[in-house]
Amino acid sequence: MTPLFAIGAAPLEVDRIAATLADAASDSADSDGAVVTFLGLVRNHNMGRRVHYLEYEAAARWPDARLALHHRVGRLEIGEASIAIVVRSPHRGNAYAACRYAIERVKQIAPVWKREFFDGGDVWVEGATANPDDEGARAEAERLACA
Amino acid sequence: MRVTVRLFARLRDITGAAELARDTAPGATIGEIWRDLAREFPELTGYERSISTAVNADYARMDTRVAEGDEIAFLPPVSGG
Repeated sequence: MTPLFAIGAAPLEVDRIAATLADAASDSADSDGAVVTFLGLVRNHNMGRRVHYLEYEAAARWPDARLALHHRVGRLEIGEASIAIVVRSPHRGNAYAACRYAIERVKQIAPVWKREFFDGGDVWVEGATANPDDEGARAEAERLACA
Repeated sequence: MRVTVRLFARLRDITGAAELARDTAPGATIGEIWRDLAREFPELTGYERSISTAVNADYARMDTRVAEGDEIAFLPPVSGG
């Protein structure tokens, strides 16, 4: 049984995650006209550096929503998917907006960290401060989602 | 009173441990536990303004008081996605 929200080391299978969300939303599945999926991939460059691979770690916990979201941890090679998000909605506009909101919020507050291994070294990447009560950050994610 | 401190990513690299047991005065705040830790590992000092913290997996504040057996997590700025 695939959970809606998960963090784990196994490769991400977006079809299985989408099937799980369809089951979970079965009471409204026939009225959904749009499914949006998002895959975040490991890129071969960052801030001018050539990246060899990324290593992810996490402290687990997710909020509830009508969407499915899996984040991978461990060593990920270039081109592999680190995150998969599937959103269902009656209309595509809301599905796209919710998907964008979800990835922006992951980057702002999800307790997940990546360590970048590049030519000549490695470094823990540190982005936003993980404060879910920061109303400014939440508003910025909403602005991006609805742009 | 005894608490467990959990550290992630670079904070764990600095202390060399994902989990530390620490004895602290009854009624101590998370901030006091953090400052004790920063005295022990001076490299942590620069993180005081950017870390987030949680008690028993719920986000908390530096002035939150902890109880015997609590698990306190210190989270550096995140980089998921």
